[in-house]
Amino acid sequence: MRALVVDDSRAMRRIVARILTGIGYDVVEAGDGQQALDVLARGPKPHLACIDWNMPVMDGLSLVVRVRENPQWRDITLMMVTTESEHSQIVRALAAGAHEYLIKPFTSDSLREKLDLLGLVPAPTGEVAS
Amino acid sequence: MTIAPEAFTFVRDLVRRESAIVLDTGKEYLVESRLTPLARQAGQVDVNAFVSALRSRYNPVLTRQVVEALTTNETSWFRDGDPFAALRSDLFPALARNRPSRQLRVWCAACSSGQEPYSVAMTALDTPALTGWKVEIVATDLNEEVLARARAGTYSQLEVNRGLPATTLVRHFTRDGAHWRITPALAAAVTFRPLNLVRPFPAMGTFDVVLLRNVLIYFDLPTKRDILRRVRQVLSPDGYLFLGAAEMTMGVDDSWERVPAGRSSVYQVRGDAR
Repeated sequence: MRALVVDDSRAMRRIVARILTGIGYDVVEAGDGQQALDVLARGPKPHLACIDWNMPVMDGLSLVVRVRENPQWRDITLMMVTTESEHSQIVRALAAGAHEYLIKPFTSDSLREKLDLLGLVPAPTGEVAS
Repeated sequence: MTIAPEAFTFVRDLVRRESAIVLDTGKEYLVESRLTPLARQAGQVDVNAFVSALRSRYNPVLTRQVVEALTTNETSWFRDGDPFAALRSDLFPALARNRPSRQLRVWCAACSSGQEPYSVAMTALDTPALTGWKVEIVATDLNEEVLARARAGTYSQLEVNRGLPATTLVRHFTRDGAHWRITPALAAAVTFRPLNLVRPFPAMGTFDVVLLRNVLIYFDLPTKRDILRRVRQVLSPDGYLFLGAAEMTMGVDDSWERVPAGRSSVYQVRGDAR
């Protein structure tokens, strides 16, 4: 399984990437929404994208809208991972096409539980997917 | 510091006597970590000194605090998801077909800080077959402190991150400063009261669904058997009992039969034991 982590904080990208790698993801990173679009255009397509809201050049909400506009990217699961925590912001992100929303600060357990809700926890190593 | 063996034995016996919960050898770390804040609060230098003071003079308030500190569990929303999916897709619709009164009663028997009963309430509100029904959820716990928290219905950011889908969060919670508060509809669906599973149950009426998840594991066999027998008496004949994923009635109380429900399984009282 592949994941794209989009955050302008290198430290935060590392934290998220470490958790995802630990449960079996191959992770690529991008520092803003525009970089993320470039990564997506190059491929290969990720199964999951974890997206911060506030970033320079292109913010996370705009990225969600852009990804949703492209039919080729329809099956990528989008999860906001952000400090933005107003009720109205979560509603906006979900309406724009985000599937889940994880508010910072979070624990590795809560990230795993969100992936579990999305059916995106990779099978344990050694188990052959049918 | 390590807890002294005699201090651990005293605490283990005390907790067992007051709650019938068994703290096995190897749970010393749990006793130490949960009692350290109480020891500090009581002005003792460490847990050993705290336990010595407790042994020398019976103190009902401290005793209750010790039992509560050792019987609290961390909990998340829709814990082990499958039971809630089964309620929505199979069990609530099945019960709805046999209840002309359009009323259902659910008992969460070890509700801790409220995540489980509120998850049941959200599930009921999101079950189309129950639109317009009265679903009453009675939630009980031994621990008065967690009941007060549960009743308040406010949760931290970290707590709402635990297993709660974002769509469910925005539908059933509002922001309240740095916290999230359950909606009035959810609050109205759940009644909280203290209850010790070891003692005879107070008059509560009968229930259509009982959730007794991840709590029997703490009791010894005769206590498990006794609790399951008394649960049978408060469960309606076609009602369902949920245990934790690692728990079963087999070999404990054979009046129950395990039936599949979605990707989960539940227990019903056998026809000949009703």
